[in-house]
Amino acid sequence: MTRPADPASEPELLRFGRPARWVHGALGVLMLICLGTAAVLYIGSLQVLVGHRRAVELVHVWCGYALPVPLLSGLLSAGYRAELRRLNRFTGHDWRWLRSRTRRNGAIPVGKFNAGQKLNASLSTGAIGVLLGTGIVMQATDLAPLSWRTGATLVHDWSALAVGLLVVGHSWFAVNDPIALRSLRTGTVTRRWARSQHGAWAAEVEEAVDETPLR
Amino acid sequence: MASSTNSAPEGAPVGRRVVLGLLGLGALGIVGGARLQDGLSAALAPLQTRDPTGLLGLLPLGNSFRYYSVTGGVDRPAAADYRLAVSGLVDRPVRHTLADLQAMPQTDLVRDFQCVTGWRVPEVPWVGVRLAHLLDLAGPTAGATAVRFTSFDGTYTESLTLEQARRPDVLVALQLLGGPVSHDHGGPARLYVAPMYGYKSLKWLSGIELTADVVPGYWEDRGYSVDGWVGSSNGRSDDPTS
Repeated sequence: MTRPADPASEPELLRFGRPARWVHGALGVLMLICLGTAAVLYIGSLQVLVGHRRAVELVHVWCGYALPVPLLSGLLSAGYRAELRRLNRFTGHDWRWLRSRTRRNGAIPVGKFNAGQKLNASLSTGAIGVLLGTGIVMQATDLAPLSWRTGATLVHDWSALAVGLLVVGHSWFAVNDPIALRSLRTGTVTRRWARSQHGAWAAEVEEAVDETPLR
Repeated sequence: MASSTNSAPEGAPVGRRVVLGLLGLGALGIVGGARLQDGLSAALAPLQTRDPTGLLGLLPLGNSFRYYSVTGGVDRPAAADYRLAVSGLVDRPVRHTLADLQAMPQTDLVRDFQCVTGWRVPEVPWVGVRLAHLLDLAGPTAGATAVRFTSFDGTYTESLTLEQARRPDVLVALQLLGGPVSHDHGGPARLYVAPMYGYKSLKWLSGIELTADVVPGYWEDRGYSVDGWVGSSNGRSDDPTS
């Protein structure tokens, strides 16, 4: 074959377009602010330390209300909508991948997103909706009966705990995969990484690139 | 490039189902969560009190006090330095020491503590001096119709009408949960307005001022009702705090 032997000289594959990167970045910053202020509002010892409940609450509430803004504005982009379609769909491979203990060895075909990433995306989206809804009920003391606010507080607190754990797990995987982490900034990944982590996607993109050169 | 993904999508729309499922559960939780919480609290309370690590206390059960302060930090006066001033439209302005307050007739109350955002602590024992007693000692003038409270945190304020302030279930609380009111709970002396939401029960009480009109308090300038009755205005009908 005439392919160069050094894989590092191959051009990288485009993994995330600008809209996806911006949505991810904005959502990430808002989510971290929400979680940080939530910790201050909720954990007594931190609240004793920080105080200023009104100010912390305002930051928390407004960053919370802002969470859907990047998610919804992403919908304006066709590329982003295509990502959502991929995240939405679970195939038999995904269920097998989730159950497998050797899921990383490439035996089960993995598309652009693995099943864990798909789950993270849908759980995060659903939880953001729940946190937003319960947050509005807690905030709108004139609209809902008190027992709803009690229920909303319970759901909000437990969802926040779950989302906090989800974000910790998400960050853990990100920190342990520098190429994936970098791709959220630069948008591209090395071909070697794509072939080993997302083989089916790499094959799909490389085939397309061979037909029509990227950009 | 997009041809393989757009035609006849492969697999089931699990992502959408997860999102809709969570939203449905969340809505159920808003409507039925209060009852669920009572069950959870009852089941976990004995474990929480015996947990040496204190980690169980971080579980969001909604049945324990949450520390609220609107300032960065609050001074801790020595018990001997504490003063409670009664002033404004009164015949006999006075500054009580903590010992003065402790020597006055004490009233016991066991009531729920209900926060306006939803959490509540069931059956909290309170001991303190009836606010009505302090008002009688000072003697409001004919023009006084309301009471304004100030906190030595320097920021928080609250208010009651004179009629509300004279209710027998409104205390200047000196004890809470079987001991002196701790600093974090607003000690050495705080207000406890049993029939109203927690934001009316001002912490770190330092001033009682009789006024001609109701002066809205800290949270009331920020949207909460001036008359913060639990129940009648906000949908709780079992009226547990009055």
